[in-house]
Amino acid sequence: MDLSFSPEEEAFRQEVRTWIAENMPPHLKAKAEHAAYFEMPEVMEWHKLLYAKGWVAPHWPKEFGGPGFSATQRFILGEELELAGAPPLSPFGLVMVAPLIMRFGNDAQRARFLPKILSGEEVWCQGYSEPNAGSDLASLRTMAVDAGDHFVVTGQKTWTTYAQYADWIFCLVRTSTEGKKQQGISFLLVEMNTPGVEVKPMQTLGDTPAFCDTFFDNAKVPKENLLGPLNGGWNLAKALLGHERTLVAAVGQTRRNLRLAKRLAAHHRGADGKPLIEDPHFRGKLARLEMRLRAHQMTNYRALAEQQKGHHPGPESSILKLVGSMLVQEADELCMEIMGQSSLAWHDDEAVEPFERWVPPTFCYDRATTIYAGSNEIQKNILAKLILGLPSA
Amino acid sequence: MDFDLSDDQKMLAKTVGDFGKKESTLERFRKLRDADGPGWDKATWKKMGELGWLSIPFPEEVGGLGGSFVDAGIVLEQLGKTLVPEPYLSSVVLGGHALWLGGASAQHEKFLAPMMEGDTTLSLAFTERGVRFDARCCTTTARRDGDGWVIAGEKSFVLDGHSADHFVVAAMSDEGMQLFVVDAADTARKTVRLMDGHRAAHVTLADVRVGEDRRLSARPATEVLERVLDFGAAATVAEGLGVAFAMLWMTVEYLKTREQFDVKIGTFQALQHRAVDMFVEVELLKSIHTESAVRASEDGEERARAVSAAKLQLAQGGQLVSRQAVQLHGGVGVTDEHDIGLYFKRMHSLVTLCGDEATHVARYAASMDAT
Ligand SMILES: Cc1cc2nc3c(=O)[nH]c(=O)nc-3n(C[C@H](O)[C@H](O)[C@H](O)COP(=O)(O)OP(=O)(O)OC[C@H]3O[C@@H](n4cnc5c(N)ncnc54)[C@H](O)[C@@H]3O)c2cc1C
Repeated sequence: MDLSFSPEEEAFRQEVRTWIAENMPPHLKAKAEHAAYFEMPEVMEWHKLLYAKGWVAPHWPKEFGGPGFSATQRFILGEELELAGAPPLSPFGLVMVAPLIMRFGNDAQRARFLPKILSGEEVWCQGYSEPNAGSDLASLRTMAVDAGDHFVVTGQKTWTTYAQYADWIFCLVRTSTEGKKQQGISFLLVEMNTPGVEVKPMQTLGDTPAFCDTFFDNAKVPKENLLGPLNGGWNLAKALLGHERTLVAAVGQTRRNLRLAKRLAAHHRGADGKPLIEDPHFRGKLARLEMRLRAHQMTNYRALAEQQKGHHPGPESSILKLVGSMLVQEADELCMEIMGQSSLAWHDDEAVEPFERWVPPTFCYDRATTIYAGSNEIQKNILAKLILGLPSA
Repeated sequence: MDFDLSDDQKMLAKTVGDFGKKESTLERFRKLRDADGPGWDKATWKKMGELGWLSIPFPEEVGGLGGSFVDAGIVLEQLGKTLVPEPYLSSVVLGGHALWLGGASAQHEKFLAPMMEGDTTLSLAFTERGVRFDARCCTTTARRDGDGWVIAGEKSFVLDGHSADHFVVAAMSDEGMQLFVVDAADTARKTVRLMDGHRAAHVTLADVRVGEDRRLSARPATEVLERVLDFGAAATVAEGLGVAFAMLWMTVEYLKTREQFDVKIGTFQALQHRAVDMFVEVELLKSIHTESAVRASEDGEERARAVSAAKLQLAQGGQLVSRQAVQLHGGVGVTDEHDIGLYFKRMHSLVTLCGDEATHVARYAASMDAT
């Protein structure tokens, strides 16, 4: 057993840290410093800087333009980026659809899509959920009707994160109503400027326009945009789920949140006039969170070590999603508690310190972490069934 | 022991509840929240005055209806159910009770009476930047100047201070803490938008001159503040009960209608148990709210303990309800469009205002019997 990173790995961590310090533009640094919300153009600006460095897709194999990193290097890079408060890259192209295109796409599709995902020239979004198909994704009803050389797509997707900025959407669509629900689903890539595709942004609880309704009204989609076999989309969706869950372990995000909580606790004073970080109640709470985070981080490392040995993340990766999302929320709640009455201010630059301004909206928006990417209830169902082997009702 | 409301109180609850359902729906709240105005409406305030809701907890000798704080609690609980935005908590409970307890009859007549009529509103200006729920810490000063006083300082997060006609201002003098009635027009104020759609103000008092007749001297100011903040804390619990109740039943209704996997999601036992957890917390909140509303008017340590215990239940139980309510709504719960989030945000304010969990646990712990 060896819990340390190798000297090479530590050197790599240092290299990443230095590069970020030297290359993150000042306006992004200022936002990172204040844990502010990044607008999509800022996210893409950062994407392009990482692309130029060759680090934008650490998990991609070399043949498609990845840097050929080990799992540990990837992890270190991800952790350092999160810790620096760098804009979180849009995962829909890089992390979600690209691996599926590599695995299930034909050569023409790989050549058409992958380079532009890598460079950031094309932005993607995810069209899975529908008003009546959330946890029960297989009930989706958006229809793609065969019309010779193209499909005609009609239906509605919802909660589509950042669809308003996307050039492409990857969708699960119904191509057959026969047999089991899962068997009539196909995986279709749709260009957002296709006539008949319409996006309506919605405000989240944090008052940010982070997701949308996406409507399809007789949108013509060429058949070459079908990824994988016709009616074989469910398998692609399942392959993607594992990726999504490891994505939401959010160790770096929680560590950053914890650091923010400490900073807030140094800033806010208790009734005795001392900073809250010296108050046993708050210090205890901060310590508990840090300790729980340690256990979570080690669990993440364990999963990583397994991956290094070539094992694919199995259903136990649900644990990472479960715990990661809860810790994110706990850290938000603690920040709010520390802020006291200042936590009531809403998007007000003058009422609170700049580094406090985004705490309340983030606290609100992050209620979503236990809902998206497979709600925590669904993760528990998965663990109960697939790991504990409990019978279903 | 009798936990039942009297017939009059039941009637009051019904009247206020019906008003919420018919005249002050969530849609109304949302409109006022999103508009540029003050976030509430004067005609409605006037109506509340005419119905006696603003005067109900005050004794007859100051022009009140001679009810009790329990009655104010009944009003607040019902207002919470549809998030009625009028400044009841800030004006009737905080400002109004400070004036009542601290003031003399001429002051009651001049400032409390028009508020009870629904013609004006009052705000209690006691919070300051960097001071944590402790009214005894006060950097705003008051010094004698001839036969009057000069007040200087800044107050932050003064609830509904953006629209108040008068402030009851806490200030420190050589002779200790003092409370003064200050006309809003004599201050400089800046509106602060709050997460829950309400507003507050940052209020600057730049050497504001007031006469001795503006000082509330019927009781020591610290005693008044302590009692008023307990009324305030009990009021957040009362309103919080209404909020939690609404969230519980909205969520139960959702579990009965939303379908996934070809069944109502309410058939999933995991969610049934979660709903029951919420229900249990609401029941606990209801019980301890009753005690805190009754004891809020008492003197002595049991008052503080009951109020703090209620505040803890709001922080723990109330927030369990509000967080799970969002969770069980899934994606739609995280939209601004859906009403559940409005309650979620209000719950955070109510938990925080007039002393958060840590403040009340610390106070309770300090007065707890060792055996
Ligand atoms: C901020 C945000 C961003 C999102 N971005 C995207 C996106 O980009 N693309 C996309 O396709 N989707 C996206 N989603 C959608 C997300 O994946 C769904 O919200 C999620 O799958 C839950 O579905 P639902 O909202 O329909 O809730 P429902 O499935 O209706 O669930 C309601 C409640 O019931 C519970 N529940 C459901 N089934 C069970 C069960 N069998 N056992 C126990 N409990 C159960 C759920 O856990 C939840 O608490 C996003 C959601 C959010 C909140």
